[in-house]
Amino acid sequence: MIQFIGRRLLATVPLLVLVSVVVFSFVHVLPGDPAVLFLGEEADPQTLARLRARLGFDRPLVTQYAEWLGRALQGDLGRSLRTNQPVTEAILQRLPVTLQLLAFAMTISLLIAIPLGIVSAVRRNSGVDLASTAFALVGFSLPNFWLGLILIYVFALLLRWLPPTGFVPPGVDVGESVRSLVLPSITLGTALAALVTRQLRSGMLEVLRQDYVRTAQAKGLSQRIVVGKHALKNALIAVVTVIGLQVGGLLGNTIITESLFALPGVGRLMIDAVFARDFFIVQGVILFLTVGYVVSNLIVDVLYSVLDPRIRLR
Amino acid sequence: MPPAGLTAIAVRQFRRSWVGLTGAALVGLFLLVTALAPVLAPYDPIATDFASVLAPPSPAHPFGTDDIGRDILSRVIHGSRVSLQAGLFTVAVALAVGLPLGLAAGFFGGRVDDLIMRGIEVILAFPTLVLALGITAVLGPKLIHALFAIGIVFVPHFARLIRGQVLSVKENDFVAAARALGASDLRVIRLHVLPNCLAPILVQSSFSIAFAILTEAALSFLGLGTQPPTPSWGIMLASGRGYLEQAPWLGAFPGLAIFLTVLGFNLLGDGIRDALDPRLKV
Repeated sequence: MIQFIGRRLLATVPLLVLVSVVVFSFVHVLPGDPAVLFLGEEADPQTLARLRARLGFDRPLVTQYAEWLGRALQGDLGRSLRTNQPVTEAILQRLPVTLQLLAFAMTISLLIAIPLGIVSAVRRNSGVDLASTAFALVGFSLPNFWLGLILIYVFALLLRWLPPTGFVPPGVDVGESVRSLVLPSITLGTALAALVTRQLRSGMLEVLRQDYVRTAQAKGLSQRIVVGKHALKNALIAVVTVIGLQVGGLLGNTIITESLFALPGVGRLMIDAVFARDFFIVQGVILFLTVGYVVSNLIVDVLYSVLDPRIRLR
Repeated sequence: MPPAGLTAIAVRQFRRSWVGLTGAALVGLFLLVTALAPVLAPYDPIATDFASVLAPPSPAHPFGTDDIGRDILSRVIHGSRVSLQAGLFTVAVALAVGLPLGLAAGFFGGRVDDLIMRGIEVILAFPTLVLALGITAVLGPKLIHALFAIGIVFVPHFARLIRGQVLSVKENDFVAAARALGASDLRVIRLHVLPNCLAPILVQSSFSIAFAILTEAALSFLGLGTQPPTPSWGIMLASGRGYLEQAPWLGAFPGLAIFLTVLGFNLLGDGIRDALDPRLKV
């Protein structure tokens, strides 16, 4: 097990180095001079030169990259061009909101998907199965920004049950904090719920056909134990894979969700920085989210090997 | 192409699946609207009419009008063109880059394969929308940049798919036979490998078009894709956001249009995939 984790960790290092090269080149290599992009086309040459010198853009790229990477490894991602706040500080300030949103969205989607997936596999072709298949097809194609607007319209404006936008930190009022995250979490989690439902249903159908399930049934075990203990465990392996693959999608969609619901999270920070042309923030957030994604993939791989020990041998 | 028998079986399978047929109908409707947009749209999509601002749906304006009196039905109809453009352009970019990469990786193997697959892993390491947003941010908020960004994000999916297909096709006896007859690499790829990759490419393209339409709308919704006054469904939704309580129809119809189109391409992809390989049917 430890050997497997070690091997996966080692394989991640070169990947992260390449990722850092790509993120670095976002500001430095792609067409467009960051100084011009920041100050605008009409800036005079002296001001541009001063900004370039201040940011170290006048030195060779390799030197710049080495220095940038060295600082990044120590947690220094530069400073915001607008506010001069350290980028790392800006990200860490907003991280709790994003993490809370992600945790809520995942919880809600699993609470919907797991029972729905199981029931629709066990009662194949029933009304529940039909409804869950429809949900799986629709949920995956629903644009989340539209779903968010519908939720705001129905639950905040018409029924007035929940706040339309904004965020209350849990430190201020736990109840209000949860309420402020209900609609964003549903918005973010619906697509995941749809995918997991579908995956779990087909995984369960596959497993329920296996010989060992028939053996368990022949032994006279109750349907509950056969489904819950024998079948579900194996069907969940595929679900873990889907969730792992979807973390990237979730991270991207937090940007839309946070922007729609005015949540002060990392995604919102990125959008604001894109509009303010604050490239170090954009660069920092991309690096941060991507490293987070790579790490979460690593965790999924490890989890996967716990659920299915055969994977470790490959 | 697979032998006629297999194609016929696939077509028969497809005709029997309500998923695929619903998808085909929705996609057909979408294509029809795009093609006939100037004929179908009752008004000029960017003509303002300050006499009827935020008018609710009525016989004169079936989908109502927006905050500066533009006819929403006409804008939804014309907006379909931006979406189609988004879907086709991104898949074209993804194929233009991903097809040669996948073919080379699968066909030549060894170092070429290693190098290409490493590069692809790097792109896959980024969360999709984050990467698209980053590219758009650096290039500047223009539709073409957004589409290019989405296309690049799709490259790994096509390259991997094609590589896998090549790996399985190249083991076939007919490839060995072609080689024995002295066929060059290029000829083997063109006549034997490529035609066998078409079906999976078709399936992947359908899913990719769905995702591209969704992503273009998302980027435009955030203000980073299509720029006004061009009617794009994402922009229309964004402007509807401010009038949610007063005039919910502003966002309702473009949202519905995005949803039905994306659903159509997803179902079509599902249908074709199931028809080609009934074992995968869910």
